[in-house]
Amino acid sequence: MKELYLCWSFDAHWRCLELEAQRQLDYSKASQPRIPPIPHSKFSPNRPPLVSKVSLRAASNHLSFITILTLSATNGIVLATEKKSSSPLTDPASLSKISLITPNIGMVYAGMGPDYRVLVDKARKVSHTNYKRVYNEYPPTRILVQDVARVMQEATQSGGVRPYGVSLLIAGWDEGILPDEQAAVEGETTEGEKKPTGKTGGILKGGPMLYQVDPSGAYYPWKATAIGKSATSAKTFLEKRYTEGLELEDAVHIALLTLKETIEGEMNGQTIEIGIVGPPADHLLGVEGVEGATGPRFRKLTPQEIEDYLTNM
Amino acid sequence: MVGKDCVAIACDLRLGLQALTVSNNFPKVFQYGDNVFLGLTGLATDVSTVSDLFRYKVNMYRLREERAIAPSTFANLVSSSLYERRFGPYFVSPVVAGLDPKTGAPFICGFDSIGCIDFAKDFIVSGTASEQLFGMCESLWEPNLGPEDLFETISQALLSAVDRDALSGWGAHVYVIEKNKVTKRLLKGRQD
Repeated sequence: MKELYLCWSFDAHWRCLELEAQRQLDYSKASQPRIPPIPHSKFSPNRPPLVSKVSLRAASNHLSFITILTLSATNGIVLATEKKSSSPLTDPASLSKISLITPNIGMVYAGMGPDYRVLVDKARKVSHTNYKRVYNEYPPTRILVQDVARVMQEATQSGGVRPYGVSLLIAGWDEGILPDEQAAVEGETTEGEKKPTGKTGGILKGGPMLYQVDPSGAYYPWKATAIGKSATSAKTFLEKRYTEGLELEDAVHIALLTLKETIEGEMNGQTIEIGIVGPPADHLLGVEGVEGATGPRFRKLTPQEIEDYLTNM
Repeated sequence: MVGKDCVAIACDLRLGLQALTVSNNFPKVFQYGDNVFLGLTGLATDVSTVSDLFRYKVNMYRLREERAIAPSTFANLVSSSLYERRFGPYFVSPVVAGLDPKTGAPFICGFDSIGCIDFAKDFIVSGTASEQLFGMCESLWEPNLGPEDLFETISQALLSAVDRDALSGWGAHVYVIEKNKVTKRLLKGRQD
């Protein structure tokens, strides 16, 4: 691994990402800046992998002004983000950064909005073509994360395309051995029986799963993390507040506190967006009395629900 | 065939070209995990092709997901794989039997050659002796059979059925699948 690093021509590429951002922010300018040709990737024996740094900088500093943070509790996950619009004339209800991928998996981003939209489409597509249409069940979180990470990695290596300028947080619920069952199993396992592996990211493990995916295609499982602007300070805050065995309600509370520390501007149901992985939301099923049907575990909180949490802070 | 907290799957051992018997040691039941089994009847070349194909697919699944495939998941994989060949199908009629790794519940189902699943809670039959097998299973099977009784039932049903079919027989393999145990028994059967 040490001897071969992937390295982009730094300047040209970085300029390209910046120009893309500028174009988004300023539609009124008549003359579009010329985007420099995208360089081929070069292999260098002793330089660090710049691609992740370049795109991560894009994701964290320049293009997004929003902190996304998540907390994984024993019985769920919270994704919280600020919806910041550039103008008071926008309709806040039409802006949305949290997306539903499968009934049990949701996603949020920091970085370039258009790139994210493309990735959401691809994530939804691969969850079906690679999994649902083969096994007739939705992919576990790690499998979906790997598929999305593959899409992002290929963009770092293919000719004629630039890497995706987003970092993602993907949160989901996996069937499998749940944390409380895991404890029970470990207690009663006798000698000679095979023990289920409880390693992080292992797929036998059920319950809430949280992953970060970077533009390089690298992905990391987390208990709690933040991406985007002021992610570092948010992570420091989360390190202080996070405890094992957190309940979902407390996790929402901590997420909102962390968000409050790191963002400027007012927090209300219109400017905050929250997605949760929790118990099956049977009221979202659309049908009643179907045996064995369970509602989606990932759902977005309504502005009213967010207001309720904010008043209880 | 489903029992109480157990399932059984059995096959005869004949390989033939129409009326000409070529081999009397051609098993048609394949194992794809601790408690997932697939039975394949039909064209012998497709039986070995399809069994190898699923060995590959199940091994890839296990490497990718770091877990054994569940029988219900495997059944859907079989279905989608067969339907992929909708207009040039493998000439096989598979049967899946196994226990759910999480709940331990018995699972059986059968398929036609293009992957239409036939879920059942009692028994599934397939092959040239399927009519005879239907008759035997209808009369011998009862709910909640224990592993030993299930073995007796499935063996009697299979042996009696293949005796009434000129194209089947010549010995049998019987698997009884329980929570932490799989028993494979070889039945000699009539060799004429």
